[in-house]
Amino acid sequence: MFPSQFTYHAPATLGEALALLAEHGDDAKVLAGGQSLIPLMKLRFAAPPIIVDINRIPGLDTIAEEGGSLRVGALVRNRAIERSDVITSRYPTMAAAAPMISDPVVRNQGTFVGSLCHADPQGDWGSVMLALDGSVVARSVAGERVIPIGEFLDGPFTSTLRADELAVEARVPDPGSEFAGTYLKLERKVGDFATVGVAVFLATSGGTVTKAGIGLTGVGATNIKATAAEQALVGGTVSDALIEEAARLAAEAADPRTDIRGSADYKRDVVRVYVARGLRAAAATPVA
Amino acid sequence: MNITVTVNGSARTSEVEPRMLLVHYIREVLGLRGAHVGCDTTSCGVCTVLLDGLPVKSCTMFAVQADGRSIMTVEGMATNGQLHPVQAAFHSEHGLQCGFCTPGMMLVAKAFLEENPAPSEEEIRWAISGNLCRCTGYQNIVKAVQAAARNMSEVSK
Amino acid sequence: MTTVETAPSAEHPGWMGKSVPRIEDARFIAGRGNYVEDVVLPNMLHMAILRSPYAHARIVSIDSSAAMALPGVVAVVTGALLAEHKLAWMPTLSGDTQAVLATDKVRFQGQEVACVVAEDRYVAHDALELIVVDYEPLPAVVTPQAALEDGAPLIRDDKDGQVDNRVYHWEAGDAAATEAAFAGADRVVSLTTFYPRSHPAPLECCGCVADVNPASGKATIWMTSQAPHAIRTVFALVAGLPEQNIQIISPDIGGGFGNKVPVYPGYVVATAASLLIGRPVKWIEDRTGNLISTGFARDFHMTGELALDGAGKMLGLRVKMLSDQGYAYADAQPSKFRAGLFHMVTGSYDLPAAHVVTDGAYTNKAPGGVAYRCSFRITEASYLIERLVDVAAVEIGMDPAELRRMNFVQPDQFPYRSATGFVYDSGDYAPALDLALEQVGYAEVRAEQQARRAAGATKQLGIGIASMTEALGAGPSRDYDILGIKMFDSAELRVHPTGKAILKLGVRHQGQGHETTFAQIVAHELGIPPQDIVVQEGDTDNTPYGLGTYASRSTPTAGAAAALVARTLREKARKIAAYLLEVAEEDLEWEADRFSVKGAPEKVKTIQEIAFAAYTNHPQGMDAGLEGVKYYDPPNLTFPFATYIVVAEVDVATGEWTPVKVVAVDDCGVRINPMIVEGQIMGGLTEGYAMAAMQQIAFDEDGNCIGSNFMDYLIPTAMETPHFDLFDTCTPSPHHPLGCKGVGESATVGSPAAFVNAVVDAVSHLGVRNIDMPVLSSRVWEAIHAAPG
Ligand SMILES: Cc1cc2nc3c(=O)[nH]c(=O)nc-3n(C[C@H](O)[C@H](O)[C@H](O)COP(=O)(O)OP(=O)(O)OC[C@H]3O[C@@H](n4cnc5c(N)ncnc54)[C@H](O)[C@@H]3O)c2cc1C
Ligand code: FES
Ligand code: FES
Repeated sequence: MFPSQFTYHAPATLGEALALLAEHGDDAKVLAGGQSLIPLMKLRFAAPPIIVDINRIPGLDTIAEEGGSLRVGALVRNRAIERSDVITSRYPTMAAAAPMISDPVVRNQGTFVGSLCHADPQGDWGSVMLALDGSVVARSVAGERVIPIGEFLDGPFTSTLRADELAVEARVPDPGSEFAGTYLKLERKVGDFATVGVAVFLATSGGTVTKAGIGLTGVGATNIKATAAEQALVGGTVSDALIEEAARLAAEAADPRTDIRGSADYKRDVVRVYVARGLRAAAATPVA
Repeated sequence: MNITVTVNGSARTSEVEPRMLLVHYIREVLGLRGAHVGCDTTSCGVCTVLLDGLPVKSCTMFAVQADGRSIMTVEGMATNGQLHPVQAAFHSEHGLQCGFCTPGMMLVAKAFLEENPAPSEEEIRWAISGNLCRCTGYQNIVKAVQAAARNMSEVSK
Repeated sequence: MTTVETAPSAEHPGWMGKSVPRIEDARFIAGRGNYVEDVVLPNMLHMAILRSPYAHARIVSIDSSAAMALPGVVAVVTGALLAEHKLAWMPTLSGDTQAVLATDKVRFQGQEVACVVAEDRYVAHDALELIVVDYEPLPAVVTPQAALEDGAPLIRDDKDGQVDNRVYHWEAGDAAATEAAFAGADRVVSLTTFYPRSHPAPLECCGCVADVNPASGKATIWMTSQAPHAIRTVFALVAGLPEQNIQIISPDIGGGFGNKVPVYPGYVVATAASLLIGRPVKWIEDRTGNLISTGFARDFHMTGELALDGAGKMLGLRVKMLSDQGYAYADAQPSKFRAGLFHMVTGSYDLPAAHVVTDGAYTNKAPGGVAYRCSFRITEASYLIERLVDVAAVEIGMDPAELRRMNFVQPDQFPYRSATGFVYDSGDYAPALDLALEQVGYAEVRAEQQARRAAGATKQLGIGIASMTEALGAGPSRDYDILGIKMFDSAELRVHPTGKAILKLGVRHQGQGHETTFAQIVAHELGIPPQDIVVQEGDTDNTPYGLGTYASRSTPTAGAAAALVARTLREKARKIAAYLLEVAEEDLEWEADRFSVKGAPEKVKTIQEIAFAAYTNHPQGMDAGLEGVKYYDPPNLTFPFATYIVVAEVDVATGEWTPVKVVAVDDCGVRINPMIVEGQIMGGLTEGYAMAAMQQIAFDEDGNCIGSNFMDYLIPTAMETPHFDLFDTCTPSPHHPLGCKGVGESATVGSPAAFVNAVVDAVSHLGVRNIDMPVLSSRVWEAIHAAPG
């Protein structure tokens, strides 16, 4: 309950923030919603000497569709995602996941981008981003790069973001005009991390699947993209047989560990059941 | 660091260490004892206060982050000696036992009713699901929020 | 439910049975409660505890020099320092010993190793990181079965004469009669199950502020304690302090549930530190400390066998139980019964013969064994018999409600002597069962269950019943004591000249509403409105001696004492009224709040008038004042009972389950404040659900605790917690002055079996017979996949 000492910076501009990160490198930690970082500091599992609080930087809290993608700024809280009209109407996978993340009070603070940066294999947003083929925009004094989410998530609690970089926004490609998606999460109670989470996205054209996305939570060292299952779906028409096949392939992609939440066999089977249920639900409620 | 926070309507200026958690600032520096501490993992919500009107877990924020912002604690709920309808309803519906979770619960309920003045039982249960209560089994808390909603809509009619 | 009455009326005079809104609420809803954390004294220091990372290790050395050198650190207390003052070990409430701070070895992960006392809590925690402890890890014993194997590492090598890890062996009932019953049985069914280690986890952790005045020697200790008087005596014995110089104050308590009965090392070290330093010392436990080191509950490995005749009549019960005690035997329970009241395992059933064999073993885990919302291990007993009856119903193909009904102890059998030696004071079980079946719509739910089974639905339904009987309200003192202190309780009542009153009790509430309920008792007996009565508890200098609040004992003991002391004052009031009205005492009639003259109803003296006279105009030769004290030693326990029925929906593909309907019919005798009683029942049902569904303190093979914070030790939120439908029947206790029985724990004791029975029932057609708690979805799935089909 009592974090170690640190030096606190609350830059008022993005430029100042990037300069601080360039100066301090690994010694500095970005503070966004603080809902992962501060708990770690309270338990003294983390003791960064320098905190760069980005909450006073203007302009980082927008949710907007622009240039063929949805942009979610670094200070967009989970609360805002839950209540965003554009997300509710156009990004059903995100809309389904948002209310399942942590609890309503934590969601008032925690950010979407911060969650991706935290790279918790049990974090839900990573799987959603994998299913949606999203990316993270990283900015440093040296410039900007756009990192596809698959490259961004590197391992448990590690991303490919450099210490001098700030993730300024996340991007999600436009879903097209015929799409569907959902998120299913097995949690033991509200506020629990996923035993298994499954993100599903389908884009279709006249009944034929043109794009499929499946992301898995809690069943590997990072969030997992079930590529083989996605490929099996693309080009087909959604049928029971195809759904079962995709579910089987997704379960094969999972690499769970036995722990107090359940055995590896159990979790793999839940992946299968949830992918099938998610695809069925998506097929039943397409947005066109 | 020197910070100024508007607490229950009045500006308070204090010198704090950056690492001081908001809950310790409220309890120990300001001497407002209604917010409690019940866990180390941001799980229980007994520390909940309203930050610019929205519930936050004050154990998971540094006091310096509240500089220039406004906080409401349970001590600020009653106005002119008159209990807030949520407080009155927690009493009339037996929405509390040991009282440890109560300030956080009531603040969450207050903010929630401002957003959703006529909620269903299910919506209330969702809204308070970031706050644990070990005594009541929640049912009377739900009833209290419903009663408060009724009373507040009567008043605003 | 009936309409709520909150005050006396013409049809319903008196204060019994009224849902008076709680008097104590006013301070809590304003954020003005006064918990230990809120106690701030001038010049106060803060203490933090360093805990062992290992389950079992020898302490080679402790170097605290760097910590001492940190500015703001005042002292580092180690076991060696305490040993110099003969304070390194202390007695447990079961007469064993427990380390205050480890000296030789650590014996569980999380054990207290050293304490830092500093000017500031942040600095105290900085200093913890600077203490260097050199440990030599030892093999850890993590199950009681392994502990009792030959050659298991000896955990308590500090104890003279302790040659193995056995804590106790204890039996109840009649072995020979039970063997005979089994020999004559048509059917024998059995169940082996594990009641996992659980933790009461009140939302307020433990803590204290110890203030030892260096000049007077007086120690004032604000403490999160459910039993302040007993703690004072233990402190006097442990520390050798004169008892008149110790004042324990339990201010408001943020939930207890049994967790705040024992004495914990933090209290002792903070007091010792205050004594040594001469300044007040505050220690507030963090959640990790609370879950990893303080009083756990349950952890019983149990096998039950039930002998039945061909018609389903129960003939005998045979039970074996192995208890995991952790490294010290620290159950807060009557010394006569080594496994608490576990031998209450015959429950609501007329079992002619029973035999219970219990063993306790030391392991490398935290000590505890507290009565977590439970009358000393009755929860485990109730769970075993209620699960076993369900297993029997499936095995012999009988409806579980019918099997229960035909084996209930019958109304004409009370007082009923059970095969293990309890004398049940009263009961009438079938009406409670019937009401619950009716309210749940039993026939319809069974039909729906059949339909879903026939359709092979993914979501199956199950119905779980538990018809429990509890024995609570300890004393009587002939059988019940804690460390030799008899389990009576007390009430002191003073009526002030203006007719207001203060009632002082030896118990200590933690949210149970004593400030209202006990005021209502006095109001009922004397006619002083509850709002005019202050109920004071928790300060040992200002309340009469008592054993505290746990095991649902407050209303059975202190409640009786309050009623009886009020009646004594009423008799004195009669004398004063007779004097004032100039009539003989026999000519007076009592009604609600006044004496009137028989035949002349206009001649009255109210209790307020009499109280005033007691100080201003009392009869010559009579002592002035209107006050008294009563110590009440109950003649027996009280035996509340209940039927809980849960309907659960189980997703057979993933094992996820939800309770879709929960009906509770509780019979706790007379209800003083129905609103508060129902609040207790709902809280109890929630903890019952929590244990059934998610709570557990687990350990890995090295003895590392999994469940030391609220991300791992799961407490249900409003979302998981079901809606409850409450009903009641009323069978008054024949020996309690008000006919009351305890109630705070019934639902926690009885309902876990109902939840588990419901889940197992939903998948019993798939061959599943048992799933141990917590019934996580993974366990349901594993059980379905392991079932013979
Ligand atoms: C009780 C509880 C339950 C939770 N349950 C869930 C759950 O079920 N599912 C789930 O997915 N999450 C869960 N979380 C985590 C929560 O969603 C966090 O909010 C989220 O993981 C981190 O977001 P944040 O904004 O709070 O980040 P912070 O805590 O501020 O930061 C997290 C990490 O990311 C870095 N970082 C943050 N923002 C940036 C940036 N813009 N650029 C570079 N680095 C950055 C920080 O330096 C830090 O290392 C839970 C948290 C709590 C307390
Ligand atoms: S203290 Fe538990 S969430 Fe803040
Ligand atoms: S009233 Fe005790 S925790 Fe809610």
